[in-house]
Amino acid sequence: MSDAASPPSPLRRLMARPWLWAYVAAFAVFIVTILFTGGRSGGEVATAAFTFATFSVIVGIGQMFVVTLGPGNVDLSIPATITLAGAVATKIMDTQDGMILVGLLVALACGAAVGIFNYGLIILLRIPPIIATLSSSFLVQSTAIAYGRGIRIKPPPALADFTTSQVFGMPVLAICVILLAAVMEVVLRRTLYGRWVTAIGQNIRAARLAGVPVGRTRFAAYMMSAVFAGLCGYLLSGFSGGSSLSMGEEYLLTSIALVVIGGSSVAGGNSNVPGLWGAALFLFLVVTMLNTYGFGAGLRYLATGAIIIAVIVAASRRRTAR
Amino acid sequence: MTGSALSPRLLRSLLPALSLAALLIAIFWLQPRAMSYVGFNLMLNLAIPIALATIAQMCVITVNDLDLSIGTYVGFVACVGATLLSGGVGALPLVKDLQASGTLPTDLPWLLTTPLAGILVLALGIVVYALLGALIYWRDLPSIVVTLGMSFVWLGLSVVILPVPGGAAPGWIRSLMTLKPPFIPFPIIAAAVIAIFAHILIMRTSYGAVLRGAGGNPRAIERAGWSLLKVKVAMFALAGFFGMLAGLSLVGLTTSGDANIALRYTLLSIAGVILGGGEFVGGRISPVGAVIGAATLTLAGSFLSFLRIPPDWQIGAQGAILIIVLALRALIDHAEKRR
Amino acid sequence: MSRAEVPIISLDGVVKSFGAVRALQGVDLACRKGECIGLVGHNGAGKSTLMNLLAGVFSAEGRIALDGVDTADRYSVAVAQAHGIRCVFQELSLCPNLTVAENARIMHASLKGIGWRKRAGALIIAQLDLVFPGHGISAGDVVGDLPIARRQMVEIARAFTVTAAAARLVILDEPTSSLDAHQAGQLLAFVRRFVAEGGCVVLISHLLGEILSTADRVVVMKDGRVVAERPAAEFTRASLVAAMGTVAREEAGRGEATVRRSGSPRVRVAAERRAGGIEFTAHQGEIVGLAGLGGQGQSEMLVRIFDAARRADRDIDVSGGVALVAGDRQTDGVFPLWSIAENITIASLARLRRGFLIDRAKTSAMAETWKARIAIRTPDVDNPILSLSGGNQQKALFARALGSTAETVLMDDPMRGVDIGTKQEVYDMIRSEAAGGRTFLWYTTEMDELRHCDHVYVFRDQHIVADLSRGELTEEKILHASFAEVA
Repeated sequence: MSDAASPPSPLRRLMARPWLWAYVAAFAVFIVTILFTGGRSGGEVATAAFTFATFSVIVGIGQMFVVTLGPGNVDLSIPATITLAGAVATKIMDTQDGMILVGLLVALACGAAVGIFNYGLIILLRIPPIIATLSSSFLVQSTAIAYGRGIRIKPPPALADFTTSQVFGMPVLAICVILLAAVMEVVLRRTLYGRWVTAIGQNIRAARLAGVPVGRTRFAAYMMSAVFAGLCGYLLSGFSGGSSLSMGEEYLLTSIALVVIGGSSVAGGNSNVPGLWGAALFLFLVVTMLNTYGFGAGLRYLATGAIIIAVIVAASRRRTAR
Repeated sequence: MTGSALSPRLLRSLLPALSLAALLIAIFWLQPRAMSYVGFNLMLNLAIPIALATIAQMCVITVNDLDLSIGTYVGFVACVGATLLSGGVGALPLVKDLQASGTLPTDLPWLLTTPLAGILVLALGIVVYALLGALIYWRDLPSIVVTLGMSFVWLGLSVVILPVPGGAAPGWIRSLMTLKPPFIPFPIIAAAVIAIFAHILIMRTSYGAVLRGAGGNPRAIERAGWSLLKVKVAMFALAGFFGMLAGLSLVGLTTSGDANIALRYTLLSIAGVILGGGEFVGGRISPVGAVIGAATLTLAGSFLSFLRIPPDWQIGAQGAILIIVLALRALIDHAEKRR
Repeated sequence: MSRAEVPIISLDGVVKSFGAVRALQGVDLACRKGECIGLVGHNGAGKSTLMNLLAGVFSAEGRIALDGVDTADRYSVAVAQAHGIRCVFQELSLCPNLTVAENARIMHASLKGIGWRKRAGALIIAQLDLVFPGHGISAGDVVGDLPIARRQMVEIARAFTVTAAAARLVILDEPTSSLDAHQAGQLLAFVRRFVAEGGCVVLISHLLGEILSTADRVVVMKDGRVVAERPAAEFTRASLVAAMGTVAREEAGRGEATVRRSGSPRVRVAAERRAGGIEFTAHQGEIVGLAGLGGQGQSEMLVRIFDAARRADRDIDVSGGVALVAGDRQTDGVFPLWSIAENITIASLARLRRGFLIDRAKTSAMAETWKARIAIRTPDVDNPILSLSGGNQQKALFARALGSTAETVLMDDPMRGVDIGTKQEVYDMIRSEAAGGRTFLWYTTEMDELRHCDHVYVFRDQHIVADLSRGELTEEKILHASFAEVA
């Protein structure tokens, strides 16, 4: 702790940002990818990366706030909520442009309902959040399957257009979610709520004794996670031409992976939003790179798993000084 | 005084068996014909792999960790079982493609057709589990994230081995899983054997006490001179072993392999442990309960079909059972506290 | 008992430090066969450290000889166990999820092979029969389901069981704290039998009657030193209390007698509904002490008052805001990943905002102000809290509470491990804040700190047992109230 006396230089401060490495890695993978194509499809790769990263970042933000609450806090109901919100919203909108806003509200309401249910289980049954969100995900998934059965309903054309539109090669949705991420970063760093979440994650007992409203803060985090999952389901069904029953599947693992790779501490109390974007781009670009080089799906999965384990082991080295 | 003080605890320990009994009674009431040799065979066949996966998950939960990769690991074992274990390296689709294109000769040397390759790979799987336990202990890592990463790894390996569903389970596993013993249906015998074996291993051996103690009070175990590293390694290796049995029994039932065959086992196995009276932390687990929990979850599907409720609600019913049992448990605890 | 005999273990000039705090400053102690040593002392006298040292948990400087052979460098839990040195810690070290027999097996590695459960069960039950006849415990009981007294009985019996190595020296830390009088009597009688058969027991207890009736020799510790060591017969209860305290400095009723303020109190805890229940009150501008030995319910009372300020409690009335200064910094106070400034401002953020956002200028102004006022030694309040020494971390926690708008400040033994200079600075600040109308509830086990209080309540076994005004306050009165006579 001797170097704590001298203020670190701006460059060292930047280097100390845990999210920086996700961007460095994403950029490196991007370069390696377009090297293969001789730089021809660089723009397309970037556009695709932003498009697909967008959806995982939305759920990643919610998951991150939950994980920040400390050990044992994780939301396993995200995929089911995505599926339910997507199914309910497309059915209610019934391809009519006039219902777009109603559909959005319904999707968010689905998320809110799941969030309330999740937290209700945690509090009333006094069970760990993992078990609570696990069991509620079973129910939600089933509801989504039962509700969304039958023919696939297309999203309203205007919603499909919006979710796939681009400005100068940049997806409009990605721009919106970058703004959303910026807002959430401010919420995390500069509002009372963000401080409360971070305090609880570091030491829940100390937080209570410092006057932090622990119950309300945790409730809000689980709400947020579920509502963002609802939003993701809504947008995803617009983007991919309707909802499908497996559309949420990959987002459980992805949302947790983003939090870890983005440099947030899985032990809680120390999170950042920018890392989510870096990690999402990185994960998608790795898959693209392996694709470009002709590797099959199996190796892509292997690489993703190895990356997550490598990142968590590397992060543990940093914290051995504890 | 002891008798009345024990009754909530007794109730709690009976809860898994009571929920299974309630479900069975409901099923027989709806469909009396289910109460037959064939009926039990049909309803409980899939309970065998789920029970084994649940035991695997229980080993990890005993030492206060969680395995989110058990589902893909079971799928991986099934893929290995349908290829390497039945026809050696020669049974891999990749090798077959090379043979078809003429790169490799049609007659492979003995070394490439022996099932020993499969045995070797399965043994390596258990070693990987043991190493995970060591890694998690050494670096004090959150098991959720490490096993999450491993779930991708197992899935990737499965897809490499078996890019599309296929292969064939070795004949001996198939015949074992389709045994028709007299009087008692095979799934019931298998479940009893699994439960008794796991019970003896974890609950009755002298080292089993240390393993469980490490979940209850790790500091006390360390103070008494035991190695917590060895405990973690042992429990993860056991999880790998039971997970392997789950994969093999599953491929014996389905006869062919598929990388995605057991994705839901991760969540089902956690639910099974909890349903069986296990606690999430503190080393309080019950192997017999875990097998009962797995059977309950499997029967939930049959129950719905007898109720003529579409199978869409099968997962929902499993979730509902889990919530109801947890709620009952909370009520019992509450009653206990008020005494 | 021959004094010339080689001791089982002997300590010679043993020193143990935790950072800047010297827990043991040169202790000599010899434990011989056939004697029971009573170890007494006030909180922080060094008893627990000494016991952990004997058990091989801590290492220390100085000479430690086992059966006459110096082993200071190589002494460990394993060596201790091989020599038959066993320890019953105050926090139970049983596995709650295992049965009684299984817990016996954890301690004794030699209990294995076929039939180990039966043997382990028989062994522990036989020992329980020996120590606590009529104990009512069976080998198959799950420890977590047993009442605390029975758990303690199992733990004690486990330490005395004989497997590969016989128990030669058993250290008992407050062994009767959860036992009733009958069970405690059984234990003490067993200790005498064990000693008569050539064993050795170190008995740590705050029940002086127990010590005087059971021990052959009494060792009194104070401030990490042995201050008295005599045969038990030469002590009386009064002389023991005197040896633990600082009689020389005793000036009865030094503080001027203060009149309790009238008017409605800031904090009022209704008296317990039992004979002799005492009501707890604290008025504006008062410093109220919560005294007694450590862990007698003082912290729990403070936390209850803290919660009552937010959520209505039937027995507790609190008016105005409440802030708490934690004593156990690591578990109750510090947010380890945050800066000093973030740690100070967490309780005051609501008024350090501009619109919805936290105003950095306001937060750093508050942190700077308190850094200057309470003299936190750091070049920059944006440095991590863990870059501070323990005492300065504690100052940051004081700044958190004092900087809030709370009218009442609860202090949960906040000076643990804080150096004397820091203490003086904080005492002055507390007095000036109280003069400004703030109320302080101060749990402390140190007599010197109680002298700053206007009024003191003494706690024992989760109850208030004495209510002393400043004029009546003497160390002897507090010690007498803290150390109950065995019934």
